Amino acid sequence: MNIHEFQAKEVLREYGVPVLEGAVARTPEEVADIARRLGCPVVVKAQIHAGGRGKAGGVKVVSSPEAAAEFARGLLGKPLVTHQTGPEGRVVRQVFVEQGCDIDRELYLGVVVDRGTGRVALMTSSEGGVEIEEVAAKTPEKIHRAIIDPVIGLGAFQGRQAAFALGLPKPLVNKAVGFFSALVRCFHETDASMVEINPLVVTRGGDLVALDAKIGFDDNALFRHPAIREYRDENEEDPRETEAAKHDLSYIALDGNIACMVTGAGLAMATMDIVKHAGGEPANFLDVGGGADADKVREAFRILLSDAKVKAIFINIFGGILRCDVLAEGVVAAARDVGLSVPLVVRMEGTNVERGKEILAESGLTIQTAPDMAEGARLAVAAAGGAA
Amino acid sequence: MSILVDASTRVIVQGITGATGQFHTRACREYGTQIVGGVTPGKGGSDLDGIPIFDTVEAAVRETGANASMIFVPPPFAADAIMEAAASEIALAICVTEGVPTLDMVRCQRYLEGRKTRLIGPNCPGLITPGACKIGIMPGYIHTPGKVGVVSRSGTLTYEAVHQLTKLGIGQSTCVGIGGDPIIGTGFIDTLRLFNDDPDTEGVILIGEIGGTAEEEAAAFIKANMTKPVTVFIAGQTAPKGKRMGHAGAIIAGGRGTAADKMQAFEDAGVRVSRSPADLGTTMAAALEGRGA
Repeated sequence: MNIHEFQAKEVLREYGVPVLEGAVARTPEEVADIARRLGCPVVVKAQIHAGGRGKAGGVKVVSSPEAAAEFARGLLGKPLVTHQTGPEGRVVRQVFVEQGCDIDRELYLGVVVDRGTGRVALMTSSEGGVEIEEVAAKTPEKIHRAIIDPVIGLGAFQGRQAAFALGLPKPLVNKAVGFFSALVRCFHETDASMVEINPLVVTRGGDLVALDAKIGFDDNALFRHPAIREYRDENEEDPRETEAAKHDLSYIALDGNIACMVTGAGLAMATMDIVKHAGGEPANFLDVGGGADADKVREAFRILLSDAKVKAIFINIFGGILRCDVLAEGVVAAARDVGLSVPLVVRMEGTNVERGKEILAESGLTIQTAPDMAEGARLAVAAAGGAA
Repeated sequence: MSILVDASTRVIVQGITGATGQFHTRACREYGTQIVGGVTPGKGGSDLDGIPIFDTVEAAVRETGANASMIFVPPPFAADAIMEAAASEIALAICVTEGVPTLDMVRCQRYLEGRKTRLIGPNCPGLITPGACKIGIMPGYIHTPGKVGVVSRSGTLTYEAVHQLTKLGIGQSTCVGIGGDPIIGTGFIDTLRLFNDDPDTEGVILIGEIGGTAEEEAAAFIKANMTKPVTVFIAGQTAPKGKRMGHAGAIIAGGRGTAADKMQAFEDAGVRVSRSPADLGTTMAAALEGRGA
């Protein structure tokens, strides 16, 4: 789960990570009030779950409350298009108004789970304000990594190593160690999956400040963080993905016209791949899970059909524990209930597959059955009107 | 004939009394697996179909001599269950549970360091040596005893591979689902090494997916070490960036971990790659023939 910058800064503040004074606003009037209270200049920042807001014109330093309100008026209620939002952009529903600061240097700081070592890693780089992927690709030697022992936390020596690698002056080294330690503690205690401070700023006054902040949390650990769950913003999610999650279905919308319904994440990805191989474009990823029942299949159908782009549905089921006859009954019931408006191709394999095929054939519905994945994909692509 | 498990493996089930635990305990026993005990705290002294239940793994191991544990404990308690198995020096712990918090696994991995327990999973279907021992949730009947090993991050896609092999008349030595989470116990390289050393495995199908760099590392290992043919499929060639594709570990983050990169790494290492998931079996068949097996 991702959260907004202003929420991330609330979390950081609780852990003693230095951030600037600021507040969130939903109207230009609120923006002006906050600007007046903080004292100008202030920075007005669009709050959406996507990076690249600065370059896209979603962030501005302003010198008066009136100018702050004016800039906010241009943002609020309108979509902001950044290189991460896609062409439709994201509607800005709130802006963050923050104190300005005198920047001396911009640095990068990230905390992630390092899959190779199975540990949390602190990454620092003197190249702040640019995307870390770019730094990693062009000048990997400029990224310093510290692997953190989960029992010990960040060792002070590791913090000093990182600070010296950043070329921080001596008086700032201890401040940096404190900053890094607080951030790493925040990561572990909140079950974060990613924390990024980019840029981390050295001010002319000789302080370290988190000028931007991005935090993602591990969905699997949200059950033990009720306060963090409150930060969720459904406006930032695809409504179909949100609806699917409510029914314990894993759904991701894509751009194609062949809807896929599959048991298991790996097979679901492979099904998208084979649709592409057959010359089509998948409309979605959908894993109904190994324990799907008639209800789940029906909800899955509803979600697939709510996508107006869909021209055919391809169901690819490897029924192991879940029996094919049970699934076929679910598919037939759902197709009747929801009203099947596009061609349906079913490939089933596994326990009781013969009975499953009989149920589909006896249903009177126009369902094409395929003997294997490749043929199923071919039929689905043909049914959707041929190769894309 | 196999790696990790065989007909002599003695298995306990942690979380045996939950609905999923009960169902799969019965299915594994029907397959022929020696299920010698179960653990559910507070239910010690009772039984499931005559399988004795204990309060602790320690008691279960002491009383039954178990050397493997199949874990169905719910996500918030799964890492603790793995550590309990490790504290009792169980040789092999298989954690099927999906949804274990990542940082629980970070701590759990730290706990496992220097201990005798090998972990498979979490978020995995388990492993099976066809005709001898099934520990996990895979449908047993699709498997045939034979000489091809399968190692995979996915569950159902593994069944697909096994099904294709069986239809071609190619049996399997052992099939290992290593799990779809970002942090797992046994990885591709550990499993490949075991298959390489197993005299009765003649080839290996490796099924990877987007996210992380485990496939790239496996490709380098294969090039340097494997004496047997390995064929590969990578799921998620059409997956968008930055989206988690069902598995917690299946995400292209920061442009890294794409299927194209992984397939390229294998091809550079001289490994045969199936472009389509419909060709998992035939690619292996061709590799075995090419070797004159």
